[in-house]
Amino acid sequence: MLYLIEQCLNGIQLGMLLFLLAAGLTLIFGIMDLVNLAHGSLYMIGAYFAATFAAVTGSFVLGAILALVATLVVGMALEVIAIRRLYGRDHLDHVLGTFGLLLFFNELVRLIWGPAGMTLPLPSEMLTAVQVLPGVYYPAYRLVIIVATLVVALLLYVLVMRTRVGMLIRAGASNREMVGALGVNVKLLYTLVFGLGAALAGFAGLMQAPILTVQIGMGENILILAFVVIIIGGIGSIRGAFVAAIIVGLIDTMGRAFLPDLVRQFVSYSAGSSLGPSLSSMIIYMLMAAVLVFRPEGLFPASSK
Amino acid sequence: MSKIMKRTLLAGCAAAALAALAAAPAMAQQKTIKIGFISTFSGPVAAIGNDMRQSFELGLDHLGRKLGGLPVEVIYEDDQLKPEVGVQKTQKLIESDKVDFVVGYIWSNVALASLKPLVDSKTFTIITNAGASQISGELCSPYVFTTSWNNDQTPQAVGLYMNQKNVKTAFLIGPNYAAGKDMLEGVASTFKGQIIGRELTLWPNQLDFSAELSKARAAKPEAIFAFYPGGAGIQFVTQYAQSGLKGQIPLYTAFTIDELSLPRLKDLAVGIPGAQQWVNDLPNDANKKYVADYKAKYKSSPSFYGSQTYDAAALIDSGLKAVKGDMSKKDELRKALEKADFKSVRGNFKFGPNHIPIQNFYLQEAVKEGDDYRLKTVATIVENDQDKHVGKCKMPN
Amino acid sequence: MHRFALHRVWDTRGEAEKMTALLTPRNVLLAVLLAFLALLPVYSTLTGNYFLMSLFTRILILAMAAVSLNLIMGFGGMVSFGHAAYLGIGGYAVGILAKEGINSAFVQWPVALLASGLFALGVGALCLRTRGVYFIMITLAFAQMVYYVAIGLDRYGGDDGLTIHKRSQFFDSVNLSNRAFFYYLCFALLLLAVYVVWRLVNSRFGMVIQGARSNERRMRAIGFPVFRYKLVCFVISGVMCGLAGILLANHTDFISPALMFWTRSGDLMVMAVLGGMGTVFGPVIGSIAFLLLEEGLSQFTEFQGIILGPMLLAVALYARGGIDGILMGLRRG
Repeated sequence: MLYLIEQCLNGIQLGMLLFLLAAGLTLIFGIMDLVNLAHGSLYMIGAYFAATFAAVTGSFVLGAILALVATLVVGMALEVIAIRRLYGRDHLDHVLGTFGLLLFFNELVRLIWGPAGMTLPLPSEMLTAVQVLPGVYYPAYRLVIIVATLVVALLLYVLVMRTRVGMLIRAGASNREMVGALGVNVKLLYTLVFGLGAALAGFAGLMQAPILTVQIGMGENILILAFVVIIIGGIGSIRGAFVAAIIVGLIDTMGRAFLPDLVRQFVSYSAGSSLGPSLSSMIIYMLMAAVLVFRPEGLFPASSK
Repeated sequence: MSKIMKRTLLAGCAAAALAALAAAPAMAQQKTIKIGFISTFSGPVAAIGNDMRQSFELGLDHLGRKLGGLPVEVIYEDDQLKPEVGVQKTQKLIESDKVDFVVGYIWSNVALASLKPLVDSKTFTIITNAGASQISGELCSPYVFTTSWNNDQTPQAVGLYMNQKNVKTAFLIGPNYAAGKDMLEGVASTFKGQIIGRELTLWPNQLDFSAELSKARAAKPEAIFAFYPGGAGIQFVTQYAQSGLKGQIPLYTAFTIDELSLPRLKDLAVGIPGAQQWVNDLPNDANKKYVADYKAKYKSSPSFYGSQTYDAAALIDSGLKAVKGDMSKKDELRKALEKADFKSVRGNFKFGPNHIPIQNFYLQEAVKEGDDYRLKTVATIVENDQDKHVGKCKMPN
Repeated sequence: MHRFALHRVWDTRGEAEKMTALLTPRNVLLAVLLAFLALLPVYSTLTGNYFLMSLFTRILILAMAAVSLNLIMGFGGMVSFGHAAYLGIGGYAVGILAKEGINSAFVQWPVALLASGLFALGVGALCLRTRGVYFIMITLAFAQMVYYVAIGLDRYGGDDGLTIHKRSQFFDSVNLSNRAFFYYLCFALLLLAVYVVWRLVNSRFGMVIQGARSNERRMRAIGFPVFRYKLVCFVISGVMCGLAGILLANHTDFISPALMFWTRSGDLMVMAVLGGMGTVFGPVIGSIAFLLLEEGLSQFTEFQGIILGPMLLAVALYARGGIDGILMGLRRG
């Protein structure tokens, strides 16, 4: 039972990370109707910025804040220079254009930071586990991720539900033309939303950096998972993204924790070791396909929130 | 100046020019030894590739930039850690660059994927790290030599050491690719206690081991054995520390802590034991020279990856000397290489019939000396160890 | 006139002038390109530069995959973001059978084509219920599923992939290991694929598919069973890509799950769009351009993406017709 709680926490932590990526992706998708494959690049850039600034300033927190600002700036600049021209175009154009951007950013990072990747060391007090429940120990830093993301989610909720900008964002997600017709500066709104999405992706990247290595292409795997999340949650729905992110995070972690042993009951040991983990990844995509077939608008459609 | 002298001078110049002209084709005929070098030069494990390249270059420096008396050209190719890229680059080296030797390969899966074009084209190959069991056994080839080890030998030594430490139960974890499977098999084959958990994680993309570490904690073993090479090793050891397991369940490793990861892991690695066939402090002259010159030239410590690659340069040189640089004498070259007539940085060096070295394995530990972290030989775990796949190798003559 | 119009392109917007002069700059270029492809093995054999032939064999095979993607994407408007799955299915069918000791092409190839076709049928039946971006995402989901299935196949190498020790065996006289022969086989099959696509899009079937792309409801109202038409089209495309997978496995003697990773599907899309979607030869031009650019740039610079990336963006923004579109523009200019 205690073990199960620990694995749940692992799943939720992964879900939190996915949520940070998916929230930006779903906003951009929902409001600008843009498929952005370069979103994973912003995640990568956030991590690189954090590793660099933390090394320069010698402080993890200061590095993280600077990285967040820098990613926001890069995101808004990217929107103004390139992304803006893709609005209103065919989805195929989006895929192609942002795939190009993904290649571009991979090489740009290689050019600036070199091919070897970086590490972002944690402050030593983060290198321990804390007792969250009697008998349940959990890595302190992973708890920080969970709490920080919950705070971000809350702020995002307040921003979207309680402010004027948020009202426009919501309006944009359910009826894009109407917002423009009402005389809102749509251009500026779009740049802001894209920047916000970039900052969220960057935040995900920098929070994950101490656990994983900062490396080129680090966003490519997780980007596809983030797409799965927004499809399951419903495009444009932040609430949907939150719930779906936790579902996907839990499936992935629980699958990795329990499926190998389960599969080994039926097949050989080594076959089970391969099949188990890949099965848990497959379940996620099956869920996504099922949602698309039976409920294409997602579990929490944006229009009904 | 007299006319005669001028004439003689002119004649002399002409003769010199003629001689030069005549010599030009002869110079062109003097063959260059072309070496294709495959390793990983991008991504989080690029540090390994660089260490191998630097050691190979240093090896060439020490040999006067000549192998068997012939000038050398090295073409470096990046396999990007991907088997399919490794095959492509291998094919390119063979077909387009027409190299005489292919050297390198960090990863067992990349080496296995690239093996067919190498063997089909009868290209002499010196594998300087990847130790896939298949290449030691049923897929052994007269043209393929390995200066490292077979994958399972190092973890076998770790298993023996765990027995010495009286470990009763263990949890094994490694990445799910050719080497990872070999490693876990290896430790399981010598460890006498009970294995109460065995996990293989997706390679190379899975770097978050939270689920697996939780599982290890719940299994309550007396020891955890891990194999995570390159950047993944840094991640694993860091997450092991983050999860609070350090101090609760001791960690035993193979190829997880090395000179490349130590500067980044620092205190996290101190006290974690591992096995290796080469450690930087091995007390032989060849090794002292290699380590000292490497440190002087590159301002960092060489790793075992580098030491194996440094040996490769000396091995090729020994073979080419025996055939006087004549690459067409393939059988003689092969026989010469099998003799391994060179001074290895690990001391004595000899090949088994499957072209895998028979060698010692040492216990190494990370220690802190002043502000410096380094790996230190603690003991010899096993002497003159031969891999157990040699029987499956039917080496054609 | 049909036979001569092989290089004519179906253009949904423009009216088809079947009798225009054939000597447009584009057609001359195409003829030169085909002649170059036909003569390449001769040059390679004479100079001993087998790598060039090997590179172009690969290009021809991936061009076939791009041609198959173009059939559904360019003509049918079905943007499949998971087409690499068929490359993998075709390749793995060959690899798995070879591993089990069945090397006969008369078993391997039909099994591979059948597997690709059945997978396309199943996936298509589900995917074609969705529209637009959902279609993109669901095809991606299925491709990722196959990708993970391949990783889970421990017996067939899992993540490490599988070496194919013996290429598909036809008769004793037909040896796929002969480089020049294999090149011409791929070349011939590519031309066949282009021909099939050209015949298809100019048939009644093709008209329905293209009509459905611009207005599906209207086609349905006229009384065409659009869903079935599109499904058939999807299956044909899958089988064609499966054939490319068979060839690719035989070419590299090695297959791995990476063949099906989503970025590979992205590459295929890029090839199709770069050359010019909705023209039968466009994807061939696109594949040659993309892969040569990739290979060529990697010779000069490690940083191919710096050039390739913005180029793709530019194509997406300003040159929807791709290279073929630009070439055709020359006639007007």
